[in-house]
Amino acid sequence: MSDTTPNDAPAKGFLAKHAFLERSPTLLLVSSLLVVSVGGIVEIAPLFYLENTIEEVDGVRPYSPLELAGRDVYIREGCYVCHSQMIRPMRDEVERYGHYSLAAESMYDHPFQWGSKRTGPDLARVGGKYSDAWHLDHLIAPRSVVPESIMPGYAYLLDTPVNAEHTADLVSTHAFVGVPYTEEMIEVAAADVIAQGDPDTDAYDDLLERYPGAQIRNFDDQPGVSEMDALIAYLQMLGTTVDFSTFTPDASR
Amino acid sequence: MSSQTEKDIDDVTGIDTTGHAWDGIKELNNPLPRWWLWCFYLTIVWGVGYTIAFPAWPLISNATSGLLGYSTRGEVAQDIALFEEANAEISAQLASADLNVLNENPDLLRYANSAGAAVFRNNCSQCHGSGAAGFTGYPNLLDDDWLWGGDFASIEYTVRHGIRNEEDWDARWSEMTAYNDIFSNEEVDQVVHYVRQMSGQEHDAGLAAPGEGLFLDNCAACHGDNGAGNRDLGAPNLTDAIWLYGGDLASLEETVRYARFGVMPPWGERLTEAEVKAVTAYVHQLGGGE
Repeated sequence: MSDTTPNDAPAKGFLAKHAFLERSPTLLLVSSLLVVSVGGIVEIAPLFYLENTIEEVDGVRPYSPLELAGRDVYIREGCYVCHSQMIRPMRDEVERYGHYSLAAESMYDHPFQWGSKRTGPDLARVGGKYSDAWHLDHLIAPRSVVPESIMPGYAYLLDTPVNAEHTADLVSTHAFVGVPYTEEMIEVAAADVIAQGDPDTDAYDDLLERYPGAQIRNFDDQPGVSEMDALIAYLQMLGTTVDFSTFTPDASR
Repeated sequence: MSSQTEKDIDDVTGIDTTGHAWDGIKELNNPLPRWWLWCFYLTIVWGVGYTIAFPAWPLISNATSGLLGYSTRGEVAQDIALFEEANAEISAQLASADLNVLNENPDLLRYANSAGAAVFRNNCSQCHGSGAAGFTGYPNLLDDDWLWGGDFASIEYTVRHGIRNEEDWDARWSEMTAYNDIFSNEEVDQVVHYVRQMSGQEHDAGLAAPGEGLFLDNCAACHGDNGAGNRDLGAPNLTDAIWLYGGDLASLEETVRYARFGVMPPWGERLTEAEVKAVTAYVHQLGGGE
């Protein structure tokens, strides 16, 4: 063959050094890693410094201790396996679930619950859509209200009280990974768990000041604060913190 | 491996080998097909062009926005605007329509019913059922038994403000007394049997007789002397065979002792004006509309 193609001639000069690389497994491994990581650095690293990654949105606040405990139940029971929390910017999703999700709405999620599978509906804006009684009925026996549902029942959540001390530890752990809980919030977290499940305590106003918009009710209609209270408190606040009447989307995002 | 610096021609084919040999087997160093190579180069050029046309490259404080000016948010806004524009006229017409004379405008009626059905399936079916027949504790919307009224205005008000919720100050509100601490066990039984008598069910006449007095003193204020209910207070009719929480002895006892407190969320903020009207019209035509 007379014409030269890129791989028929022996490598010369700089490219000849490649033979050396190919003969040193460790060096080859390290070099491959460096080459592969270029993609990651270009695609991921800028997200940490670009100003438009997470836009500033009024209203988003850290989870109250009871909501956080409910979120833990949500993760423990694997709700994310069948439910996403991410309304994508497409017309059909916006028409069905409400305004598309904003990055800021999961800025205090560790880890985020976007999910990737919808066996059940998206839950990003389920807060306030149904009554507590419906959530209770539905979590105890899903088919009692939605005959076509294949969701399992979670009646046992009623029998497990929320461990307030454990929840306080959970709050301080979230503070440790960067959620802006104040010293005071961590200190009274255990008390706040009880306070959010009972609208008749003195802590009502203080709790609302710490967590604006938090819903303070006996969610499961039973004495005490159970994991059912926690989970319903969490579900009832999902997607409710942003006031979309004052939100103007930045189109170039 | 043999040396890579000198050419090694394969005897049979006359083509270079790569110089690599495994157990005496060598690999021909055929060049890549031209068409393949050019496609490969083309994808590289395409890729670079693509990142210029669409948002891609990270800069100091934000990323390039792309020459074509595409944005996901822009696209969804455009999509929604397209449909809103197409429906703008009829939606505005529906939003300001008097539902009582909706029948006179077949086009609008058809639009309201289809749009209302979509709103209902998405937002109402979880509690009231996809066929609107309800469940225990969630009213059936197909029958003509209404707690708060079944004419257009009443349904519209209920949809807009909901029932016994904390979000809307104008929500319909009433709260039955829980008689567990007020009635003795015997009195509970008596009232339960009187209610069973009123609704024409099997009952113990001996218990029902003293129950009448208790009913008139305690329950009649809301449910009416004859037990036919009061829509202004959302007090159900106790004389018919329709029960929201059950008309058997156990359910009635539970209701008398601990009361019921059904909550419906307000939809006036979540739905548009036209959607509220549409779902009102849809529910009204399900069978029980007045």
